[in-house]
Amino acid sequence: MAGIVMHQAGGAARAQAHSAAERPPVRISIRHLDFYYGTNRALKGISLDLPDRQVTGMIGPSGCGKSTLLRVLNRMYSLYPGQRAEGEVVMDGRNILAPDVDLNELRARIGMVFQKPTPFPMTIQENIAFGVRLHERLGKAEMEERVEWALTRAALWDEVKDRLHSSALGLSGGQQQRLCIARTIAVRPEVILLDEPTSALDPISTLKIEELIDELKQDFTIAIVTHNMQQAARCADQVAFFYLGELVEVAPAAQLFTAPRHPRTQAYITGRFG
Amino acid sequence: MDERMAGHTVRSYAEELNRLRDAIARMGGLAERQVAEATQALIQRDSELAAEVVRRDAALDALEREIEEFCIRLLALRQPMGQDLRLIVAALKVSHNLERIGDYASNVAKRSIVVASLPPLGSLNGFQRMARLVQENLQGAIDALVRGDAARAGEVWAADEPVDEIYNGIFREMLTHMMEDPRTITAATHLLFMAKNLERIGDHATNIAETVHYAVRGDTLPEDRPKADASAYAVVRPQDRPAG
Amino acid sequence: MSAPLSAALHRRRRRKDAVIRALCLAATLIGLFFLASILLTLLWRGLPALSGTVFTQVTKPPGSGGGLLNPIVGSLIQTGIGTLIGTPLGLLVGTYLAEYARASRLGDAVRFVSDVLLSAPSILVGLFVYQLLVVPFGGFSGLAGAVALAIIIIPVVVRTTEDSLRLLPDTLREAVIALGAPKWKMVTLVCWRAARSGILTGLLLAVARAAGETAPLLFTSLGNLNWSLDLAQPMSSLPVTIYNYAGSAFEDWIALAWTGALLITFGVLGLNILARSLLRK
Repeated sequence: MAGIVMHQAGGAARAQAHSAAERPPVRISIRHLDFYYGTNRALKGISLDLPDRQVTGMIGPSGCGKSTLLRVLNRMYSLYPGQRAEGEVVMDGRNILAPDVDLNELRARIGMVFQKPTPFPMTIQENIAFGVRLHERLGKAEMEERVEWALTRAALWDEVKDRLHSSALGLSGGQQQRLCIARTIAVRPEVILLDEPTSALDPISTLKIEELIDELKQDFTIAIVTHNMQQAARCADQVAFFYLGELVEVAPAAQLFTAPRHPRTQAYITGRFG
Repeated sequence: MDERMAGHTVRSYAEELNRLRDAIARMGGLAERQVAEATQALIQRDSELAAEVVRRDAALDALEREIEEFCIRLLALRQPMGQDLRLIVAALKVSHNLERIGDYASNVAKRSIVVASLPPLGSLNGFQRMARLVQENLQGAIDALVRGDAARAGEVWAADEPVDEIYNGIFREMLTHMMEDPRTITAATHLLFMAKNLERIGDHATNIAETVHYAVRGDTLPEDRPKADASAYAVVRPQDRPAG
Repeated sequence: MSAPLSAALHRRRRRKDAVIRALCLAATLIGLFFLASILLTLLWRGLPALSGTVFTQVTKPPGSGGGLLNPIVGSLIQTGIGTLIGTPLGLLVGTYLAEYARASRLGDAVRFVSDVLLSAPSILVGLFVYQLLVVPFGGFSGLAGAVALAIIIIPVVVRTTEDSLRLLPDTLREAVIALGAPKWKMVTLVCWRAARSGILTGLLLAVARAAGETAPLLFTSLGNLNWSLDLAQPMSSLPVTIYNYAGSAFEDWIALAWTGALLITFGVLGLNILARSLLRK
């Protein structure tokens, strides 16, 4: 029995195996988080733990606050006046919402990949090196090594190793997105935030990214926002369902998609939203 | 519970799920009838009815295939989640259980033809009671599935004990007959198998109840079910023979 | 709807379509006709006087030959310096508007002023610089001309820089910020690069416009019939020379004016074509 369950939901099985006795440590702990766009309260009292080196999927209808939550985690919202967060997001014992947090350093530790691929207008090599250079001084050889490492981890190396010095804009959409992931992991963050990373990609590219996510969770804590429930089911260890700015339910993926506890989750995942 | 919630955004999907429920209800009804008529054929020594039951088993098999294909189609095309997923998986399992029930009923009917050709062997009250209980449980389990009633499923699940007790009684009775008079061995053996078949049907009804409980509630019933089938350990020794 | 009615409707629509298309085509042809006639006239009148001496000799008194060397060099110097002054200013202002002052009052004010300047008559620019640099420093100068051209260039560069930067998706900016980059690196290393073809195109168009301006130079660098590279002295330029020569009574001057007009027109045309090809890339 256990043998059958294991592979399909590797993460879920792992999550369950970790019950009580040996839970994976919490990488990021969100506590009583409220978020405001001006006076509009977009997140309402969210409390959620991101377990270390696991994938947390975030699902919910448009405007439910899942993307907003990601943008709180790397303080992206700080770019925009009028947006503010209250509550706590604790990482390594520090509240990253505190005003004295060095945002550039924080973003080096919490990377983000966006819905649309965002290659920079430079060569493939430079794209990867760009982020690394912001935080580290590497020699030429070391940098080349890092670029190869990142591209390999992002399952892109074989496809681009012969054209590292041509423009990244010439890559296909799926390759561009993997380049963005490579660029993010090249900085060696602890947490990777993925905001609908495959919604602009074809099914094969999507599967490649999903396979990649499965690989990456050995080293990184991952949070993925997706509109595609099957994707959350395929990738995530635990899944959080948001509705109108509230966290309705969080559970291991296998449980949430077969037997959710909350009627609203039930209604959403079965397509009964009225 | 599901019907009280907002309907499916995709209406054709909701219709398909309803069709699945209907198909299971139809198959359940047919299986009940097979059990009832097979028992009736035995008790009334009605070989024609028995032959009819045997013939009708093909319809049950066809229904199972139909439901299975339909479920696979739903799984492939709708990618069901949550309660819908559980309903479809339950339908797959239940239709298989019902098909087995049909096989047992058909077997009871076949044997009843043989038994009818032999001299009657005591009272068949035990069979009648057992068949009634099994039918009730089967009906309850199917109702529970169609109505999404987990409580009803729980009742059925707990109600298999009397069936086992009756079976134990019949087992001992038949052993006794055979020891008393070797000429009854043919009839008694057939009757033993028929009792066993009815008992298995009861077990399948319990399985259905368990499946329904999962489909409705999303959690499983405890592993240990009240059981009273002790025939596996039963021994009737010659010295048990009444003096005579 | 019955078939004949719909057929009639269909015919009517087709007729209307044909009429509109004919009108558009006619207007285009009229426009092209004037453009072609200007270019042909320029070639017709300008080519005969176009020879090596135009590029090797300075302007001379009427009847003694001469070329356009000093106006050509003067134009290049003034436009060049104007571009050097105007480009960084325009680029930075445009960047400020697009990246730093999107929703600020100051940004709105700057944008408004820049747009007014964009459409202001160029002679006003000339008069402004006259008051600013010519009167206080006691004379016309090449530098004043360059500054006037810079003022022509700035609003164009501001506009095109802002527009090109605004075309960039915000996710690109967020992607840079998300790597932990400070904003100035985002602007200088990614945004400018991503918008460079748009910015460069705008710059070329601005230069082309400045190169053909006469009015701002009339009050600033005035024109100089002698060879002079001194920025503190009046300086010759093609547009002003054309203006002076074309209005003169001397046939060889008039012929040189046509040649100058030909040079400047094709120079500007070349810049436009270059800009277009850049934009397409």
